[in-house]
Amino acid sequence: MMEWWQAFWSTYNTVIFSIGVNAMLALSIYITLSCGLLSLANAAFMGIGAYAAAMLTMQGDVSFPLALLAAGVLPALVALLIGIPTLRLSGVYLAMATLGFGEVVRVIVLNLDVTGGPMGLNGIPLKTEFWHIALLLALTLYVLARMRRSKIGRAFEAIKADEVAAQLMGINVAGYKLLAFVSGAVIAGVAGGLNAHYTFTIGPGNYAFENAVDILTMAVFGGTANLVGPTLGATILTLLPEVLREFKHFRLAFNGLILIVVILYLPKGIWDPARMRALFKRSSTRKEI
Amino acid sequence: MLQLNQISKQFGGLKVLQDVSFTVPQGGIFGMIGPNGAGKTTVFNLLTGLLQPSGGSIVFNGKNLGAVAPHKITELGIARTFQNIRIFKEMTLLENVIVGMHDHLDYGFAGLLLNLGSFRNAEAKARERARELLSWVRLDHKADLLAESLSYGEQRRLEFARALATDPKLLLLDEPVAGMNPSEKTELMAEIVNIKQRGYTIFLIEHDMRFVMGLCDRIAVLNFGRIIAEGTPSEIKNNPEVIEAYLGKEEA
Repeated sequence: MMEWWQAFWSTYNTVIFSIGVNAMLALSIYITLSCGLLSLANAAFMGIGAYAAAMLTMQGDVSFPLALLAAGVLPALVALLIGIPTLRLSGVYLAMATLGFGEVVRVIVLNLDVTGGPMGLNGIPLKTEFWHIALLLALTLYVLARMRRSKIGRAFEAIKADEVAAQLMGINVAGYKLLAFVSGAVIAGVAGGLNAHYTFTIGPGNYAFENAVDILTMAVFGGTANLVGPTLGATILTLLPEVLREFKHFRLAFNGLILIVVILYLPKGIWDPARMRALFKRSSTRKEI
Repeated sequence: MLQLNQISKQFGGLKVLQDVSFTVPQGGIFGMIGPNGAGKTTVFNLLTGLLQPSGGSIVFNGKNLGAVAPHKITELGIARTFQNIRIFKEMTLLENVIVGMHDHLDYGFAGLLLNLGSFRNAEAKARERARELLSWVRLDHKADLLAESLSYGEQRRLEFARALATDPKLLLLDEPVAGMNPSEKTELMAEIVNIKQRGYTIFLIEHDMRFVMGLCDRIAVLNFGRIIAEGTPSEIKNNPEVIEAYLGKEEA
């Protein structure tokens, strides 16, 4: 039993680590989506966090908790700077602006010497342990759950539904949008810091357009009505390539096919409380007949 | 209570409002009437800070509202409803009303995070107050339903309750009876009188003459962006300029 477990863990521990980190990333975009913002900057924030933490532990000899703190703070500062001008934009325009920001970050990282240029950083110490990820994911879920139940969550929901009406209810719309954007950046940055310390190597290509879309896909696939959706979506989409390993070369095609089917038939994601309530109601009325 | 001094508003070359001056006194119901396109809703958009005037000033309880952000104006005590109802459809009635209390829930982030007494008390009080406000508009029995399940008239009443939740001194109603049948109109009129009797000052816009005449203490008439008359309902009814604006000029 012990042997089996050790073999299993040494093969799959990175998959399990990735589930946790991806869940944090999906939650980081969930929080902006819940405020009605389609921001695709979170891959870049993840990258900033990853590079900041890795450079601190490698070159600065800084302790891991402090490096993770920096992985949260630095993206937050950048988010504040770019959020103030860009969050006036809405819908697809904000998506374009934030994608542009991601591209700027990628090109800067690609051309700097301290970040290792196109080679990236190699030999990052393996400091991330399972409980680090579990703890930080749990903390993220807790804080977001508390926010949802308060005036902050209601403000986000009101802004998403109708910005003008929200404003006239006394809600500082620009302020709350910035709060959502910065919170998302912190979560993504910390996830990046954790990720860098179990993958050994990071490069500028890890945080580009494709990853931005992956993060969005996990959240939308799972559903964005509450916190369960993004967590579930990240878990399924991280496991899917492993489960589909038997299909060898075709596994990415199957992966894509499953995505299409879910988006077509469950447009609000897998975890959709409204649909489940409706389903439950229908079956209970049937019993009465 | 509210003073507009020579307000003008232009959109490009289009002069929507010109030299609009009037005063809404404290207490009672003030009405503004005018044909479609006269600029009535623009007046409300200026009062709530959604638009900035091109000229002139707006003074509310001694405070100049120029360049004050909309959510700050709400804090100062002006609330409004919309001609095309803008409730939060995917929230429950209770949640809709509690959103209006946003400024009055002053617990800190620590209280919220750790579920402290300050947080729980404030939230419980808000829910209680929200139920009370819903009972004012006879919707308390539906408090936990989604707002989208309400009928048109009920949605309008929910919007009243939500506006009152901001604890306004002045309540702006933008064509409250638009799209309603006569019996619904009468019902809503009673509702508005009810709110007035609770001590709120009401300023409403309407183009249904009969409705305004029966309800308002004072009326201003807006036509093509200008105030053409102001006075009591009987004064307005006999004003030749108003009759001309509404019915056209008699051929000599």
